[in-house]
Amino acid sequence: MLTLTHFLTLAALLFSLSVTGIFLNRKNVIILLMCIELMLLAVNMNFVAFSRFLGNMDGQVFVFFILTVAAAEAAIGLAILVVLFRNRQTINVAELDDLKG
Amino acid sequence: MNNANMMLAAPEFWVLAMACVILIVDLFLDEERRGIIHLLAMLTLVFAAIMTLRSNYVSEGVHSAVAFNGSFIRDPMGDVLKLFSFLVLGIVYIYAKFFLRQFRMFRADFYTLSLFALLGVMLLISANSLVMVYLGLELISLSSYALVAFDRDSRIGSEAAMKYFVLGSMASGMLLYGMSMIYGATGTMDLYQVSTAVKSVGSDDPLLVFGLVFLVAGLAFKLGVVPFHMWIPDVYHGAPVATTLFISSVPKMAAFAMAFRLLQTGLGEMQGDWSQMLSILAVLSIILGNVVAIAQTNIKRMLAYSTISHMGFVLLGLLPGTASGYGAGMFYVIVYSLMSAAGFGMVMLLSARGVEADKLDDFKGLNQRNSWYAAVMAMVMFSMAGVPVFVGFFAKWMVIKAALDAGLMWLAIVAVVFSVVGAFYYLRVVKLMYFDEPLTESEIDAPVDFRAAISLNGIMMIGLGIFSSSLIAVCMASFGA
Repeated sequence: MLTLTHFLTLAALLFSLSVTGIFLNRKNVIILLMCIELMLLAVNMNFVAFSRFLGNMDGQVFVFFILTVAAAEAAIGLAILVVLFRNRQTINVAELDDLKG
Repeated sequence: MNNANMMLAAPEFWVLAMACVILIVDLFLDEERRGIIHLLAMLTLVFAAIMTLRSNYVSEGVHSAVAFNGSFIRDPMGDVLKLFSFLVLGIVYIYAKFFLRQFRMFRADFYTLSLFALLGVMLLISANSLVMVYLGLELISLSSYALVAFDRDSRIGSEAAMKYFVLGSMASGMLLYGMSMIYGATGTMDLYQVSTAVKSVGSDDPLLVFGLVFLVAGLAFKLGVVPFHMWIPDVYHGAPVATTLFISSVPKMAAFAMAFRLLQTGLGEMQGDWSQMLSILAVLSIILGNVVAIAQTNIKRMLAYSTISHMGFVLLGLLPGTASGYGAGMFYVIVYSLMSAAGFGMVMLLSARGVEADKLDDFKGLNQRNSWYAAVMAMVMFSMAGVPVFVGFFAKWMVIKAALDAGLMWLAIVAVVFSVVGAFYYLRVVKLMYFDEPLTESEIDAPVDFRAAISLNGIMMIGLGIFSSSLIAVCMASFGA
């Protein structure tokens, strides 16, 4: 029998995976975008699980909002990525080092 | 839901409609007539302010009203913050028009994006449910990401936008994770109901405490306090000054309102927990912001680190959890927005065609080039440093007093010591302006509206200082203190 704890653990694992991905990845900006997406999906998992086990619909409605915002966020992220590549001819995270101090 | 309820959100509807109108009107305008966009945007702000002032929901004993099933709230705090958002954004537009024209970036995108961000600011200020907080926040963030990349051909601009985007999205993720935990523990999104649920669940529920930690982390990122400050210097430095000016002023007021709504309205019962976290964040920000700013040679970066320390001071006002503390924090964040507007406005004024005057050396000998502008900049710097008579002093004094009243002596001592340390780099700018030889003799020229706005903005630093009691009274009354 699946309990709330199972879902929360899975969501927590996905969430930590995405945070680790953001911090460890030194190569490609696109992987960062994927990690961000994964992070939002982990949160969605949390909301749906809570909503199901509390018998309250609010959580599932929130998930729709999060999905919509995530789509807009991905669009802006990719647009910035295009501008970045056009200006620097690279999307290597380690080479984004003009700004420091 | 009745009409009276919908009318509470009239200013928001107006700003949304006008942002869309400006988007479309721009299609029919050529380069020379683009000034119309500026006028329309200013008109939007003026009417939004009038609508905010006119809507009458306060009656005997009732100070707030909710709409949209309790997810939207109008209260005096929200109204005051919104009015100052309109004022500051108006100043931003006047500065930005001159700056963007000089840099051949005068496009309507700046106006539409910042109006959408303003809508986000207004929604966030009036948010009374977790959904609303998230949506308002994302509207601000998404517009700001695009604004940072506004100069499409800038290497550092696109780098800053990317960094801002990745870190900002991660912070939103953290905030959402915290929200999901709080939803799980309380079973509701409405902040009023969250607070009643917290009373029955008990504030030591592990799910709630876990959620609170993530919530504070997300909040700290949006305010830009240590250890979630990494994005601030890079974004302030990389973005065009017009954008830096915008993101350093208006959204800070929304971030303050968001902290109040989430921590006080929603999780007021857990004040003991969050005030500890906030005090650590506040001390670290005040120390790091003031110390690292000394090492900067770029004025945008220097002001970025000064922002970090200022936000630490705002947290000092938030963390006692008292009405007078919130009033002090609100006064600080309003004053900070005005100071920051004037500071970056001066950077814009000195920017000659195609080159941003973002080095400290660009301020050398400003007094010999134009003594009035040097005086304005000096007033801003004195105010930021917290020299008495200037408004920044009263802001610092109020928050430190709030911390003292809450018995946080050590915090107050750290704040005072490091604002003295901070005075060093503010006064260095004054020294450069008055005692060094200018690098260029070129004349400083700006249109009349820019000159009027920057002069007024500078005079505010001392004027609001002398007459600070009325603004302080307004802020305190917003929280019933």
